[in-house]
Amino acid sequence: MSSRLDVRKTYKLYIGGKFPRSESGRSYVVTDTKGEFLANASRASRKDARDAVVAARGAFSGWSGATAYNRGQVLYRVAEVMEGRAEQFATEVSAGEGLRLTQARGVVAAAIDRWVWYAGWTDKLSQVVGGTNPVAGPYFDFSIPEPTGVVAILAPQDSSLLGLVSVLAPALAGGNVVVAVSSKRRPLPAITLAEAFATSDVPGGVVNLLTGGAAEIGPWLAEHADVNAIDLTGTVGGSDGAEGADAELARDLEAKAAGTLKRVRRPSVGSPDWAAEPGLSRMTAFLETKTVWHPIGV
Amino acid sequence: MSSSPPTAAVGFEYAPAPESRAIVDLRASYGLFINGEFVDGQGPSFKSISPATEEVLAEVSAADAADVDTAVRAARRAYNGTWSRLAPAERGKYLFRIARIIQERSRELAVLESLDNGKPIRESRDVDVPLMAAHFFYYAGWADKLAYAGYGPDPKPLGVAAQVIPWNFPLLMLAWKIAPALAAGNTVVLKPAETTPLTALLFAEVCQQADLPPGVVNIINGAGNTGRALVEHPDIDKIAFTGSTEVGRQIAISAAGTRKKLTLELGGKAANIIFDDAPIDQAVEGIVNGIFFNQGHVCCAGSRLLVQESVAEEVNSSLRRRLKTLRVGDPLDKNTDVGAINSAEQLARIRELSAIGEEEGAVRWSPPCDLPDRGFWFPPTIFTEVSPAHRIARDEIFGPVLSVLTFRTPDEAVAKANNTPYGLSAGIWSDKGSRILAIASRLRAGVVWANTFNRFDPSSPFGGYKESGYGREGGRHGLAAYLAGVEEE
Repeated sequence: MSSRLDVRKTYKLYIGGKFPRSESGRSYVVTDTKGEFLANASRASRKDARDAVVAARGAFSGWSGATAYNRGQVLYRVAEVMEGRAEQFATEVSAGEGLRLTQARGVVAAAIDRWVWYAGWTDKLSQVVGGTNPVAGPYFDFSIPEPTGVVAILAPQDSSLLGLVSVLAPALAGGNVVVAVSSKRRPLPAITLAEAFATSDVPGGVVNLLTGGAAEIGPWLAEHADVNAIDLTGTVGGSDGAEGADAELARDLEAKAAGTLKRVRRPSVGSPDWAAEPGLSRMTAFLETKTVWHPIGV
Repeated sequence: MSSSPPTAAVGFEYAPAPESRAIVDLRASYGLFINGEFVDGQGPSFKSISPATEEVLAEVSAADAADVDTAVRAARRAYNGTWSRLAPAERGKYLFRIARIIQERSRELAVLESLDNGKPIRESRDVDVPLMAAHFFYYAGWADKLAYAGYGPDPKPLGVAAQVIPWNFPLLMLAWKIAPALAAGNTVVLKPAETTPLTALLFAEVCQQADLPPGVVNIINGAGNTGRALVEHPDIDKIAFTGSTEVGRQIAISAAGTRKKLTLELGGKAANIIFDDAPIDQAVEGIVNGIFFNQGHVCCAGSRLLVQESVAEEVNSSLRRRLKTLRVGDPLDKNTDVGAINSAEQLARIRELSAIGEEEGAVRWSPPCDLPDRGFWFPPTIFTEVSPAHRIARDEIFGPVLSVLTFRTPDEAVAKANNTPYGLSAGIWSDKGSRILAIASRLRAGVVWANTFNRFDPSSPFGGYKESGYGREGGRHGLAAYLAGVEEE
């Protein structure tokens, strides 16, 4: 038994590349699956969400304007930094999700590999989903994917690291900036992931992570006029309410998002398999197709 | 109807050159097209008039909720019973057939389109109908090649698609909706706009001539209530809407919490940016085409002209000179450039926003222009000294009204161009290739025309950013709107 007292970690929010506490001063207790105290997490407020949107918007032109090669390297760097902290992630995932440490290590490895997978996509997407259009006239006409803009993501409630990475990485790979709300009951890996972002060349504001309730913060993001898209994955299994509450929250947020015609990614039917190879859909959900015409002539 | 040439100022006189309307066999009344047959709707009937003369063209019965249900059931039966079981190559052959019949009956379709809509025959004949046929021809070829479209090895249709289209391009929007839906294996219930129902019913005849199985295409008429009943019907799998941003919002709200797939093509307030190195004469032609094509009833119209300050005077004077040669009048006259405003309601909106433009301090100008006494008419109009805060710089007017703003630097042009909740289209005029590519990449718009404007092609994806809607029509991308599983893992 060591006589040295542990230095505990304070879990805060991640907004604009900084780690503020919630402006509301609120926090909530995070426990492991047996109910044992793990940490206090910041309980993000409406104001925090709005601050995060401002930070994200500010980072959009830089991130979307970076070369695809550069974005790929930055996302790969996230994997590198995570690898070095793998044990810390595994401990948090194990405690939060009730997995044995060896299982949790497998989850962390999959999360790291997911960054590598998406890092490799950044400079291929455009060729796979874009192209030239053989129009019937003397024009050169091409279509390319561009990021939608500020994407609000309600991260999965169950899979607190692999699920989170699986929803963040595709949006970022396409050049979007993100405001994400972590799993409410399992928020700790999200903040540790934020520490990886902060040390891996991801520009401040490109990813913003809020801990707290999707049901509380989601409506503000769904209504926010400077948010271009919303991913409702985390409406499932997180409303802590009665039967049908999840579907009701998803419906309500989708209706709110319609006010500014946001792109909405509805929650999946059934429980997603986060370990499976993702496919393109989470990238293309947050891409716009731009078509450019130019005459051909001498 | 005869309209006197408005162009005496320039001194050109043209003899009237009307296209004969004898090719169109107008019936006194029309109904719905459900399950391969023409039937009467049970809703209140309404009149479809020629906006150029206010002549009643026909009486059309509207679909009530029960008719909508009948149409959806017919589409479902056709989906389950025939269309989804048909070999994809055979599905494609029906679409090829339809494309050919459209070509064969093109003049008839064009004349009726101009009669019912008010657009110049030159446009319906040379743009709308040829593009309509091209769309069917293009998507016909996809029907048996879906596995190569990049949406998985065995992409499936969605089922029954509810499609609601606007009055500005009745036939072309019908083609944009029906061709990809059918190619992907869906069946459809389509509602044309209440001011332009007639050509869709002529298309129904084309479907009959093609021996298209009953129920694959159903056409119902009516106004907003009919549209609402259709998109809110529980047994549809897909909603495709083209129209106003306001109605698009309502549809998106009504689809919330359902599994209905939704694509929206909504309003726009496109910037058409003229740099000082642009070929001015060509740019002026592009400006005119951008805003006066189809009386400006175009969601992607270049309604905000952004001119670099150093050439603003030159562009303005060339533009005014050019406007004096535009011929406004009889849509069926082959020399007509600008036809009738589609409805009294739309004319009122254009007048209201134009009046607000003057009240807010912009300077209004139109060429001398004798407008016909009957019908709905609005002269080509330019507002100068417009500031970005003016309503006419922000709101979609959907008429032949151009707002002119100026800029000094490329950065300012981009900032002004993007300063709108819309993001459908944009134009760039410059002789410098690197500048065109740089500006094109910074504009938040789904279609960017460089040194051209208002070009369309079935192979070219079209659709908006931001509040101009989501989803694309045209090209490989257009198939995604009608295939299952594209959004899923």
